[in-house]
Amino acid sequence: MDYFAQQLINGLVLGSIYGLIAIGYTMVYGIVGMINFAHGDVFMIGGFIALITFLILISLGLTAIPVILLVVLLVAMAITALYGWTIERIAYRPLRHSFRLAPMLSAIGMSFVLTNYSQVAQGARVKPIPPFITGGYTLHESADGFVIQLSNIQIMVVITTIVLLAIFTWLVSRTRLGRDMRACEQDQTMAALLGVDVDRTISMTFVIGAALAAVAGFMYLLYYGLVDFFMGFVAGIKAFTAAVLGGIGSLPGAMLGGLAIGLIETFWSAYFSVEYKDVAAFSILIVVLIFMPTGLLGRPEVEKV
Amino acid sequence: MSGDKILSVDQLTMRFGGIVAVQDLSFSAERKKITALIGPNGAGKTTVFNCITGFYKPSGGSIRLAHDDGKIIALERLNDFRIAKQAKVARTFQNIRLFPGMTALENLMVAQHNALMRASGLTFLGLIGAPGYRDAEKRAIDLATDWLRRVNLLDRADDAAGNFAYGDQRRLEIARAMCTEPALLCLDEPAAGLNARESAALSELLLSIRNELGTSILLIEHDMSVVMEISDHIVVMDHGVKIAQGTPRQVRDDPKVIAAYLGADEEEAVAVMEGGS
Amino acid sequence: MTPIPHKTTHASRTAGLTYILKKSLLSALVALVLFSLMVGVRTEAGSDGQLTYWTRFGEVAALVAGVFGGSIVIELLRQWIGPAGAEKLVPPAVQSGMSFVGRYLAPALLIFTLLVPVIFYNQRYILDLAILVLTYVMLGWGLNVVVGLAGLLDLGYVAFYAVGAYSYALLATNFGWSFWVCLPLAGILAAFWGVLLGFPVLRLRGDYLAIVTLAFGEIIRLVIINWQSLTGGPNGVPGIPRPSFFGIPLDNSDDGLAAKLGIEYSPTHRIVFLFYLILALALLTNWVTIRLRRLPIGRAWEALREDEVACRALGINTTTTKLTAFATGAMFGGFAGAFFATRQGFISPESFTFQESALVLAIVVLGGMGSQLGVALAALAMIGGFELFRGLETYRMLVFGMAMVLIMIWRPRGLIGHRAPTVYLTKAQAISSDLVKEGHG
Repeated sequence: MDYFAQQLINGLVLGSIYGLIAIGYTMVYGIVGMINFAHGDVFMIGGFIALITFLILISLGLTAIPVILLVVLLVAMAITALYGWTIERIAYRPLRHSFRLAPMLSAIGMSFVLTNYSQVAQGARVKPIPPFITGGYTLHESADGFVIQLSNIQIMVVITTIVLLAIFTWLVSRTRLGRDMRACEQDQTMAALLGVDVDRTISMTFVIGAALAAVAGFMYLLYYGLVDFFMGFVAGIKAFTAAVLGGIGSLPGAMLGGLAIGLIETFWSAYFSVEYKDVAAFSILIVVLIFMPTGLLGRPEVEKV
Repeated sequence: MSGDKILSVDQLTMRFGGIVAVQDLSFSAERKKITALIGPNGAGKTTVFNCITGFYKPSGGSIRLAHDDGKIIALERLNDFRIAKQAKVARTFQNIRLFPGMTALENLMVAQHNALMRASGLTFLGLIGAPGYRDAEKRAIDLATDWLRRVNLLDRADDAAGNFAYGDQRRLEIARAMCTEPALLCLDEPAAGLNARESAALSELLLSIRNELGTSILLIEHDMSVVMEISDHIVVMDHGVKIAQGTPRQVRDDPKVIAAYLGADEEEAVAVMEGGS
Repeated sequence: MTPIPHKTTHASRTAGLTYILKKSLLSALVALVLFSLMVGVRTEAGSDGQLTYWTRFGEVAALVAGVFGGSIVIELLRQWIGPAGAEKLVPPAVQSGMSFVGRYLAPALLIFTLLVPVIFYNQRYILDLAILVLTYVMLGWGLNVVVGLAGLLDLGYVAFYAVGAYSYALLATNFGWSFWVCLPLAGILAAFWGVLLGFPVLRLRGDYLAIVTLAFGEIIRLVIINWQSLTGGPNGVPGIPRPSFFGIPLDNSDDGLAAKLGIEYSPTHRIVFLFYLILALALLTNWVTIRLRRLPIGRAWEALREDEVACRALGINTTTTKLTAFATGAMFGGFAGAFFATRQGFISPESFTFQESALVLAIVVLGGMGSQLGVALAALAMIGGFELFRGLETYRMLVFGMAMVLIMIWRPRGLIGHRAPTVYLTKAQAISSDLVKEGHG
């Protein structure tokens, strides 16, 4: 029972990270109808930038932890957002009115570019950092000595996720930008005719998605203590699975899906086998797309003849 | 109404979530005759069509197709391609669905896919160049050529279908549907977007299909000149239900029909008619 | 119509210059931010595990300057060519000249290929490269059936390649079966998997189909890695027997082929044999595809790509049509995999990554329009291009990624810009790529 509870906590934390990445997938799919294959690698870049900023700040002699965390977070978000913007401008915008295959292949190409860019720029080896935030709380100690722990990092991840979700939900439902996004999702042509700057709205969608992915990268770095150039590929697929599971196009769905995938992965590793945990994630993707393509919170589509 | 019925629609109902698009619709189409399904926009005509041709699964009711040999097929239970293949019901689409990257001839060859597949021994005989298949292919090309000639597109047999003018594309789509040698041809607004001359040619084509080949035709149409000229029987729908049926003359003078199209109610229509038109 | 006065043109040109400079400056600024940390600060884990870093601002400056210059060049090109784009750059006369060449290109290429081992007999490197190119040509032709003809987006083609390779490897090393027995088995097994993988994805469209096939490919790779008792896991399967010349071994023993023919043994013999083997397999793939295109099943594949709903309305069973496309493509992938196993003598999961699927897909898309010649040329270009990067593997994938993006922007329908009809009454007219659908969209 205690083991279960611990896995529950771990799963939710991992799920929060996946959820943040998944939001980027679902937003982009909702507004331009494409799977942004490069999004997982944007997450990876975010992690790298966080790592580098971290190193610089520490070597500059800063010791105030909250300050360091805040600066790293903001810098990672800002620069990764710029990466997201650049990727959209270079690889997707020219293809917006092209054939359906084109943006996807371009995205795959961009994914390769990002992966190998970081490998070339930073070397192929995994980058570890010493545990930065230590400590936590013992929630419960059972008779046979098993301890349920809630680490400070885990608390931080969940709180950051909740705060970002709140900001983001407000952004989508209350601001002009959010309204424009929803309009473009429904009918781009009409939105344009009504004065919405479609190009800018789409760019902002990518930018926001990238910023959230950067936060996920930053928290991944803190939680696991390392980044490597290949972490975007698998995390990307899992996050996309989360987006589909929750219902593509639905933001709460993305977060819900993320939590679900995080829990499934954690429990699978804990109770079945660690080696096949990725297989489990991929299999879920296949099962969901075949049997439940609209996901948990999505809207069903009727084929028009 | 006497006559051999090829299509019998009985209490057909179609629901989408909370919306009832078609409610307890019953009508029939006679063999070797042209039946038109008309009504204002949103009446549910295309929904009925999609139910008959297998693109929607009806929520209730039955659709029976009676072949020449007496065999009765329940269409509401068949899935998409089987309706064309087994029940021999062919259709065209409101937004023309040709194969734009293939030539007119290729389009018509694809229509004969099932016959050719059988002749090619599920491809294997064809792969080794068996004479049986080559003959079947020649016959298929002949049938396609025949239809291209009928619709006046023979000189463009090797042109890409996507390059055809709108009116030509419509005729090509009908030719393609006829290449499946159907018992019932369903046409979804075949005259849409055609000018007067093209509409007249379409009427001629459909009449010749009925007269020379004996194919039964069911069509949805808004162009009243075509409907009135070629239909043997008209069924009128509004808001998902049948409001009138009969010969073109009967339907034309029916106040319910006029009211539906004008958006007025029946008494006003009668008043207008009696007041002199 | 009044002519445009000179003054306006001159003014617009200088305004153009300011615009170009501003835009390039902006690009350079963006590049600066992007590269500042990722390139400017190089981290490395030291011997004690501690992470250290050093700065490389010189390289950042070089990159930014490059972006600035490149941006100016692109803007100037864009102004010169005009909004029409590079495709219209080729005037019609040249285009028809190119199609004339096209008619003779394929036979010429074939003759040249047949003579490669003769021309380059002693250049092992070239022969190996040629075998590699032909392997990818065959993979491209196999995937072409699925993507180019039927319009089904398959991102996991490497799975069938792996099934073929591991089938032969395991059957040969465990049961000692000969290559010629295992080859058809590899194809059948791969085709079987093709149907198995195809069944669940039948209703999926476009992007979803792509990612599910990607997931399948990855699952197969992960299973191979983890099922160590069967597949040897990450260590792979070593000691795969080389093929024999229909039973006669190709070595320098007394009953070897060299001894039988009375000529001196040379290891090149095996290479030449392998070359003609893959050439034969590839040509078989090509021949079958061309014939299938002219048969109802091939036409149905292309019709499926053009408009699936219309296919159903014509009574075509789209389910079996899609499954046959998957199975046929998978079968050829399986053959190629078996060949790969016997050529290498050793296989491991590392050869069957998503990158391979993406590479083969890129070859098919670059080739264009389901065209056999296009795929062959694209394979030659891609693999040849890859070879230039030998020793610079990471840069290779980086350039590959950029090439994919550029190809999509410049020529998304591929090199060959037209489709040839499969049946005609009077004249076979090439159909422009603008009209042909790309499928499942």
